[in-house]
Amino acid sequence: MTKSVFLGTLAASALVAGFASAGTLDDVKARGELICGSNTGLTGFGAPDANGEWQGFDVALCRAVAAAVLGDATKVKFVPTTGETRFTALASGEVDLLVRNSTWTFSRDNDLKLDFVAVNYYDGQGFMVKKDLGVTSAKELDGATVCIQTGTTTELNLADFFKFNNITYTPVTVADDAEAQRQYLAGACDAFTTDASGLAASRATMPDPANHIILPEIISKEPLGPVVRHGDNNWGDIVRWTYYALLIAEEKGITQANVDEIAASSTDPEVRRLLGVEGETGAMMGVDNAWAHNAIKAVGNYGEIFAANIGESTPIGLARGLNELWSKGGLQYAPPVR
Amino acid sequence: MAYVADAPKASFRPSMLIYDTRYRSITIQVIVLLLAVLFVGWLADNTIQNLAAKDKDINFSFLWNRAGYDLDQQLIPYTNDSTHGRAAMVGLLNTLAVAFLGCIFSTILGVFIGVLRLSKNWLVSRLMTVYIEMFRNVPLLLWIIMVFVIFSEIAPAPKDFKVTDEMIAAGELPKASMMFMDSVAVTNRGTNIPMPLVEHPLGYVNLGFATANLTVVALFALIGASIYANRRVARHARAVQEATGDRPTIWWKSLLILFAPSIFFLWALGFHLEYPELKGFNFKGGLNVAHSFTALLLALVLYYGAVIAETVRSGIIAISNGQSEAAFALGLRPGRTMRLVILPQALRVIIPPLISQFLSLTKDTSLGIGVSYLDLRGTLGGITLNQTGRELECMLLMMLIYLLISLLISFVMNIYNHSVKLKER
Ligand SMILES: N[C@@H](CCC(=O)N[C@@H](CS)C(=O)NCC(=O)O)C(=O)O
Repeated sequence: MTKSVFLGTLAASALVAGFASAGTLDDVKARGELICGSNTGLTGFGAPDANGEWQGFDVALCRAVAAAVLGDATKVKFVPTTGETRFTALASGEVDLLVRNSTWTFSRDNDLKLDFVAVNYYDGQGFMVKKDLGVTSAKELDGATVCIQTGTTTELNLADFFKFNNITYTPVTVADDAEAQRQYLAGACDAFTTDASGLAASRATMPDPANHIILPEIISKEPLGPVVRHGDNNWGDIVRWTYYALLIAEEKGITQANVDEIAASSTDPEVRRLLGVEGETGAMMGVDNAWAHNAIKAVGNYGEIFAANIGESTPIGLARGLNELWSKGGLQYAPPVR
Repeated sequence: MAYVADAPKASFRPSMLIYDTRYRSITIQVIVLLLAVLFVGWLADNTIQNLAAKDKDINFSFLWNRAGYDLDQQLIPYTNDSTHGRAAMVGLLNTLAVAFLGCIFSTILGVFIGVLRLSKNWLVSRLMTVYIEMFRNVPLLLWIIMVFVIFSEIAPAPKDFKVTDEMIAAGELPKASMMFMDSVAVTNRGTNIPMPLVEHPLGYVNLGFATANLTVVALFALIGASIYANRRVARHARAVQEATGDRPTIWWKSLLILFAPSIFFLWALGFHLEYPELKGFNFKGGLNVAHSFTALLLALVLYYGAVIAETVRSGIIAISNGQSEAAFALGLRPGRTMRLVILPQALRVIIPPLISQFLSLTKDTSLGIGVSYLDLRGTLGGITLNQTGRELECMLLMMLIYLLISLLISFVMNIYNHSVKLKER
């Protein structure tokens, strides 16, 4: 018996040896389509609009990567994932890239074997309550029932926060934002907690946004960013630099509208390298030399994406805050293209 | 007989493995076994290689790490400092609680409905038919969600129970009030019921991932012993009846044996009820039964009640009419005929399909996912899986546990089946 198991394993190894998978970049190119893990629906970050077209801050990054790799921002298939399913979807290869309000943490990096390649939104966890509850600080929530999405960092922060402050709560675990909203609005929980940006986005879609307040406490650091699988460094670099290209574009004043013109006329050596007028940046990553040009042309620079999806002129109304460029006092900083 | 030569010496040739019917079946079995082993080996090896390619391994040590998350419904003590293993245990107990209560209540309901469906009363039997068809033909998950939504949308919020001084002055009543002499409150978050407590608990024994509450264990042991003693008394009464023709009155003895020890035990330990009370945002004290539990249990009972009713009905129909006619001829009333003559015989037909319905019910508790009930799938297969990234390990463990539960149920039910089945002498 042991012998036949051994033989079986041997034969099996021989079978498998031929399967060594190609890199994600080759897969995407061969498929002609990028598969991007997104939200089940969080307006402003990732949700299909009335025409079924995916829109949002995180969605734009997926489109930028598609434009950089395939030259066409529409060649993206969005796969809705919940807090609970997203990392499995990524690890199993169901999606090539995950951009879904996902927090970069030690354990996700080391234990889940994922790579966070950038931080596209610096966030922190907050609480939302109904105005008429009469609560002004999260520390007054002793004994409250709190709605919380499972499989999130927020679930763990919440436990820590209440323990640290020596107060108690009852968790109501929900699978996604829509369900959290329904339960919260129906009064099944007193407070709803998640990333502050998510709270703002969620509130914007409620029928009575003015009746809900986001409490002042921010109880954690939530650096949100795009995630790829461990070990495919080339693919990680492409996603990382596509994101940086959008940041550098904002820094250099390159917009969706003027990118063609700047590519033709700019004398700034870094801009010329970035837009592929000079040098071989694309070839080094295995994509077209106009990768950054295509990405910017497809979705605009970081500032434009922010303003169009979640900025102060949108119903979500988030200020740039920490996500302002480093040169304007924020944390968004891209290494040089050199 | 000398004309018949000795049987030819069986000289074995390899081709006989295929052409000789004596060996062929063995050959086929060996080949199939080899193929099966190869296939399993290939699956296992493929998995390990693919995990290795992702820089992962198979490792169950996460079960001893701190879980870090909170759960709202737990039968054993649990905090976010407990281990993932203990969280899994909390989930498992939640699964078992629903499965156990579900099996009992759906059987009671099923027998009741199944018998009524055969009623001679046209209206009653039609009503039961409507009930059965309605529940059997709509997916269970929808019923679960439906019950949950009804509870959470219709029940009042905890703050509606609040009585302020101004309201008393104005002679107003609160929007909602508690039921059963202020002991039960149904809110849109859960049902708050009184919690049975004892003043002098016997203590706890820590069993790794689980904790045994000695008070509860002792109480169950006592009840078991009482039932056993009562049986002995009943058997003695039967023996006396068979010997003398007179049945001694034992009902008061039975009552005494069945209930007195437990009541005395609870009294000695200082049994009391803790009532829920509105404090701050929620009801405090008492036992808070989450609506996810109630909805899951109720939907399972209603659905499987309908399924079991059909089994019961077919079991009863299988008993020939002559049996009830004979019983009537002896002067038994219809109720007693059903209870004493028909049902005991129908059980033989009913039990085998009932086993598989219990198994399905147990597995269907995992549909609690639809209302975020934190059962085994919710803790081990949900939050733990997600927070640790140990998909394969969690899934394997879960499959193993469900398998064990199912085997256990089949085992117990088969013993019961054995005891009721036709004894051939
Ligand atoms: N950043 C946290 C939470 C992520 C999360 O689940 N965010 C919510 C609200 S910000 C969300 O994206 N919900 C949308 C959905 O469920 O589709 C994490 O990575 O664990």
